[in-house]
Amino acid sequence: MAEIPEHLLKRAQEAKARATTGGDSSPTEATASESKIPEELLNRTAAAGSQPSAVATKDASEEITSPQPPPASATGPAGHTQRLLAVVKSGSIQDVKLKPVDKVHVWPHLLVVEFVAALAVTAFCVVFSIFVNAPLLELANFNQTPNPSKAPWYFLGLQELLTMFHPMVAGVTIPGLALFLLILAPYIDKNPSNKPEDRKFAISLMTVHLMFWAVLVMIGSFFRGPGFNFIFPWADGLFFEL
Amino acid sequence: MAKQSLGEKFADISEKTKSSQAWNSIFRPGSIFRKGYSDSPRNRSYVVMNSLIYHLHPVKVKRHAVKVSYTLCLGGLSFFLFILLTVTGIFLMFFYRPTAAQAWDDIYTLQTSVTFGLLVRNMHRWAAHLMVLSVFLHMARVFYHGAYKAPREFNWVIGVILLTLTLLLSFTGYLLPWDQLALWAVTVGTNMMGYTPVFGDQVRFVLLGGAEIGTDTLLRWYVLHVLMLPFVAVIFMAIHFWRVRKDGGISGPL
Repeated sequence: MAEIPEHLLKRAQEAKARATTGGDSSPTEATASESKIPEELLNRTAAAGSQPSAVATKDASEEITSPQPPPASATGPAGHTQRLLAVVKSGSIQDVKLKPVDKVHVWPHLLVVEFVAALAVTAFCVVFSIFVNAPLLELANFNQTPNPSKAPWYFLGLQELLTMFHPMVAGVTIPGLALFLLILAPYIDKNPSNKPEDRKFAISLMTVHLMFWAVLVMIGSFFRGPGFNFIFPWADGLFFEL
Repeated sequence: MAKQSLGEKFADISEKTKSSQAWNSIFRPGSIFRKGYSDSPRNRSYVVMNSLIYHLHPVKVKRHAVKVSYTLCLGGLSFFLFILLTVTGIFLMFFYRPTAAQAWDDIYTLQTSVTFGLLVRNMHRWAAHLMVLSVFLHMARVFYHGAYKAPREFNWVIGVILLTLTLLLSFTGYLLPWDQLALWAVTVGTNMMGYTPVFGDQVRFVLLGGAEIGTDTLLRWYVLHVLMLPFVAVIFMAIHFWRVRKDGGISGPL
């Protein structure tokens, strides 16, 4: 059984005591004296409603007082006609108020951050471009294949795969499948939680693949020399152009 | 006279500036901003609501969305780099002709005898690499935050398409200088695509505009690089940004 809070028990006992001692005072009188309605208004209402509502108030008082001698079967152990079954907290059945969300104005809070970020990137690009020149090798020459020939860095993982698999697998099947699975990721991963502790599998799977990819790109970029043979960049030099 | 702290000096300077005639003639109400600007919650809302920004941002965002450590600005920076690349790319277009006979010479002339030519070309190159990187990292960030989950699944799909478009944009641009690096990198790349099952040769032919890389390939990749791929990317970006807002803004904290 649910525990009844002490203050409710106390209140119930007080009410019981009041009912046994001052039971003869009618409830309408009590409410009138306790309410904060100005006296003049109460008088006016009493004057206006004295004739027609007399019957109604009489009926009402009769209705209220009539169950005082209740049928024996409907009463509880101490003569109660009602009892406390459970205490329900106000928020548990319905939540009327919207939960307040901590929000800030986009201007200036977000726009200032974005502006500073954009400015920082622009500054970085300008400064980096002042000191490092983009490569421009000699004119394209079909008769002279550079050794090694490398794809742009983001495709060097694929080129690295070429050393292990048939070109169709390395160049089409694996990247195609990877892209396809990447697109399907939200439809495969049906776990609704976004907390890291709930999605250990998804996170480790992605991390393994990203690391795998990063390692392939790095090997292709820095550890492949003439003939696309494995080299150490600190021993044989760097064969890498951005 | 007591030595002023840096903050006091700054406050002093800013007060002097704001009380100067030049400042007041520019920023007096009705000069630039027709009704002046005073900082109030209402005006902060209007700045967003009455401008193009409203297409990108709501009036208010959740506090965590402003935290730089949460998003690292990666999505926004990818977009900004796209704009930077468009601006520098338009500059480069003035000095470049996409034919095998002229392309390399044009780049060389751009670097040696055009004011800021070398700088702008460098910026275009490095910003492009940076964009590939930031789009990659943006994808990783979204994955690790689980931000692709309902209702954002479809926006993830669009994001993957945008990632592919970014790679294609970068790759098509790689050929344009028409130097040894460009030619042989693209040879390696397109040879790989030639291994597509069933219609590999056709794919290669369409990509190269012929059986071998040549001046037709250059023109084809140039049009793809400066017109078609950016056009497609802009459309997908518009959908991407729109869905970010419609799906409830930046996803919640972990």
